[in-house]
Amino acid sequence: MTKTYPKASRPSLDNVSVSIEKGEFVFFIGPSGSGKSTIIKLLLHEVHPNKGRVVVNGKDVTSMRSWKRPHFRRSIGCVFQDFRLLPNRTAYENVAFALEVIGKTKAVARRVVPEVLELVGLGGKEHRYPHELSGGEQQRVAVARAFVNRPLILLADEPTGNLDPDTSIEIMRLLDRINRTGTTVVMVTHDSNIVNQMRRRVVEIESGRIVRDQARGVYG
Amino acid sequence: MRMKYVLSEVLVGLWRNVTMSIAMIITMTVSLFLLGFGGLLYQKVGDMKDLYYEHVEVSIFLKTDVNDQQRNDLKAKLDSDPLIKGVTYVDKQQAYERFQKMYADAPDLVNAVKPDQLPESFRLTLNNPEQYKNIYDEYKASEGVDEIVDQSKLLDKVFGVLTGIQNITLFISVVMAAAALLLVANTIQVAAYSKRREVAVMKLVGASNWFIQAPFVLEAVVAGLIGAILALGWLVAGKVLLGSGSMAALQGLITPVSWSEIFLMFPLIAGVAALVTAATAWVTLHFYLRV
Repeated sequence: MTKTYPKASRPSLDNVSVSIEKGEFVFFIGPSGSGKSTIIKLLLHEVHPNKGRVVVNGKDVTSMRSWKRPHFRRSIGCVFQDFRLLPNRTAYENVAFALEVIGKTKAVARRVVPEVLELVGLGGKEHRYPHELSGGEQQRVAVARAFVNRPLILLADEPTGNLDPDTSIEIMRLLDRINRTGTTVVMVTHDSNIVNQMRRRVVEIESGRIVRDQARGVYG
Repeated sequence: MRMKYVLSEVLVGLWRNVTMSIAMIITMTVSLFLLGFGGLLYQKVGDMKDLYYEHVEVSIFLKTDVNDQQRNDLKAKLDSDPLIKGVTYVDKQQAYERFQKMYADAPDLVNAVKPDQLPESFRLTLNNPEQYKNIYDEYKASEGVDEIVDQSKLLDKVFGVLTGIQNITLFISVVMAAAALLLVANTIQVAAYSKRREVAVMKLVGASNWFIQAPFVLEAVVAGLIGAILALGWLVAGKVLLGSGSMAALQGLITPVSWSEIFLMFPLIAGVAALVTAATAWVTLHFYLRV
């Protein structure tokens, strides 16, 4: 599969082929600009490959019509480096928002949201606003929001990029716990500590090409 | 719950950018008022054409030295003409009475004219007033005929003016509508920008496109409908002023506008407002949100 952005001199991803099994935990590593974030965008149906296919949850999404995208995205949870929380909503409301905008009732939210906040370790902090939470806690809210709809896949784009090492480890434990529920976790990172500690499958990308694909790998 | 969410978003949206909302509503009101006014004028001109043209007459004035033979020949020919619905003969005395009545305000003029000086005439009503030209060609050369005058010529001028007013009204309405729509597009962009975080999250978690767009589109439509209601208010105020105020003099000329005609304009202007604002909002969002 190849993806070239318009105006780019070389492909962002050049003839890359990766297969990720259900329930796997995969790191994509590589220097900035290597094309690893493009993988997230391809999986989200945000960009489309120039050549090749993207298959998610057994469905070929390469030629999926854009009006089908919203429904497709409900099976994927997403976490980013910058959390992307709504600043004028509490932790509870941020998570509930993700449910309400896809048509779930308030009653469902009342039942599910406290549960998932408890799971990410934010029990008792439901009514704090993002600015009243630490970076790690904000990322937990983001993970809760990504996971509340019980997606099949969790995509994490440098989720620890803004966090200190200790907090990063906690977030990784959380992602690991989510992975153990059967959710496939795909994480893009260049945090070598974390990769080395987790000992999961590592796919290394350089200049748009896969240079390493190793089960229980390390960084570097 | 979703409906409640959408509605509260609409009100919050209009209030968040209240100056822009007011500007949007005012331009929309002016545009829709002119549209409604133009629509009423169009109806009125149609009514008036029916009314006036039905009573319009073609007058054939006879020469003062016309003899009985010529007059009778002409009468017989007119009576048998299929284009003509009715023929009335007006002799000098009747013409004088009409003259007296018409210029009752100017007794000096009436006194100065003797019945003998006024021409006899045939007053014709036509089956189709537009066939005046045929009548003119047919009888112009007949013996004893002095002049043929068609009242509808005068009406054409009046209606020409009314049609002109109507066109100007519609033109201004369209220009104002263009301004209103640019304001709608701008308001939508500002609204979308101020809610960009929410929109990003909604797109990420898979909210449906209509759910993301609905608050913005409805915001524009609600503003459009408020504009339509205000425009209706202006039309009502216009009728009240026209009926009682300084414009009352015009009423004799223009057939009166009924309340039902004014209220029937509302579905038109409200429909136009809703459709056009919704389409503008939708197109703006399509480019701005890429949903």
